[in-house]
Amino acid sequence: MSSLLTIEGVSKSFSGSEILRDVNLAVEPSEIISLLGPSGCGKSTLLRLVAGLDPAHQGQIRVNDLPITAPGRQVGLMFQEPRLFPWLNVRDNVAFGLAPARRAAKDKVVAELLEEVGLSDALRLLPRQLSGGMAQRVALARALAGEPDVLLLDEPFSALDAFTRMRLQDLVLKIWEDYRPTMLLVTHDIEEALYLSDRVVVLGEKPAGVREIIEVKLPRPRNRNDAQLLKLRGQLMAELS
Amino acid sequence: MLQNRPVLDRESTPTAPSLNPFPETIVRRRWFLGRLSPLVGLVLPALLLILWWYVTEVGHLLPANQLPTPGRVWNTGLQLFNSGELYRHLSTSLGRVLTGFAIGAVIALVLGTLVGLLRPVEKLLDPFLQALRNVPSLAWVPFLLLWMGIDEPPKITLIAIGAFFPVYLNLVSGIRQTDRKLVEVGYIFGLNKFALIYRIILPAALPYLLAGLRIGLGQSWLFLVAAELIASTRGLGFMLIDGENSSRPDIMLVAIITLAVLGKLCDWLLQLAEKWLLRWTDTFKGE
Repeated sequence: MSSLLTIEGVSKSFSGSEILRDVNLAVEPSEIISLLGPSGCGKSTLLRLVAGLDPAHQGQIRVNDLPITAPGRQVGLMFQEPRLFPWLNVRDNVAFGLAPARRAAKDKVVAELLEEVGLSDALRLLPRQLSGGMAQRVALARALAGEPDVLLLDEPFSALDAFTRMRLQDLVLKIWEDYRPTMLLVTHDIEEALYLSDRVVVLGEKPAGVREIIEVKLPRPRNRNDAQLLKLRGQLMAELS
Repeated sequence: MLQNRPVLDRESTPTAPSLNPFPETIVRRRWFLGRLSPLVGLVLPALLLILWWYVTEVGHLLPANQLPTPGRVWNTGLQLFNSGELYRHLSTSLGRVLTGFAIGAVIALVLGTLVGLLRPVEKLLDPFLQALRNVPSLAWVPFLLLWMGIDEPPKITLIAIGAFFPVYLNLVSGIRQTDRKLVEVGYIFGLNKFALIYRIILPAALPYLLAGLRIGLGQSWLFLVAAELIASTRGLGFMLIDGENSSRPDIMLVAIITLAVLGKLCDWLLQLAEKWLLRWTDTFKGE
């Protein structure tokens, strides 16, 4: 059986300057993969390519064996900022993402998703009334509402304080336990990558390719201070500096 | 007010900060002003009325044929009201304004949406419209009279021109101010062109559109008087001319006060709609 998401020989240049060179990666169903690399190395660019937001690149990206040529429902993307629609309340923001097949049961599905992200009583609040962490939870629920085959997360917690970030990382794990989504996470946070993912993909300097893939063979939920994690952390630190 | 805004903050429960950053005294003063606010708006008109009364009735500083007393204007107003004449002029003017405004605003809505969304349409239409915009309103009058006679059509057209430009300009810039990041969310969820427009771009442009509508409605009243001053037998502008021709400044003042009240009332209605439609905005609302 082939992988859920395959990235084959993907290169990308912006006005003559090469950002990504020959990136190859295969992601299996229900896998959590972290993309780690120095800032500006093209991690987010790669994510945008997978999302279909920028079809002008070399190589091929396929989800369920179908090439990605435009944004669509097979891929969900959650951004660094919540990007909620300020004129819609929490419920309608989540409902915005609903896959067409689920629209008939809108109220039930939205309630279930908000329950999942722990915001059941925020249904009628407007985005301006939410804290940063709450807004990201809503954004996560909205992304899940689309039932994507692959959920892409672009540094989703980097703008949050340390405590909120840890809670949201645990939320991601809970969602994974409940729904087993396939996730590709861009981060510059080594601990986050090790805490969440099955494999950590290290991208190199510009033009970036896959420099190393580190498997984290620990069951989840993991102890953040686990000796093995700390060892891997040291290894990654050395790799990145 | 900060107090009425529920902020559920699960993430920072340990040390929930006080929602009220103001010392108590300041809050008390604000509460006091807040209670009075509907009446505060009447302070200036009341002062003006007292000044008017003093200048005419007490000091006799201006002759009555230039500035009649408040009492005189009140009586004239009552007379015109009781005879039904005021209502006749008022309803004629209001009808013209609403018709012209509706026509101008609808055309602006269509053209503004097209120009805002499509660069080729912008290149085709916008320079031409910008040139037209720079024609002073009164310059249209002789031509419109020549073309459409002196009946209703030239007046309605002039008002529609007045309403068109603010709505058009604001809508175009509103569409162009739409956050690209929100449009990207639309792409991600696979929205088609039309869904993108009515679910993201138009709601995002709504604050601008409403500002444009309010300015457009104000312009409509402006252009109404311009139209009625020149050729009419009815309407508040006609009342002004009639008052001038018959040396009745009291009639002119009744017309002016009616225009002020009516214009304010129309704007107030739009303002209410604006408040309701834009309750989601997170903007500075003044201290």
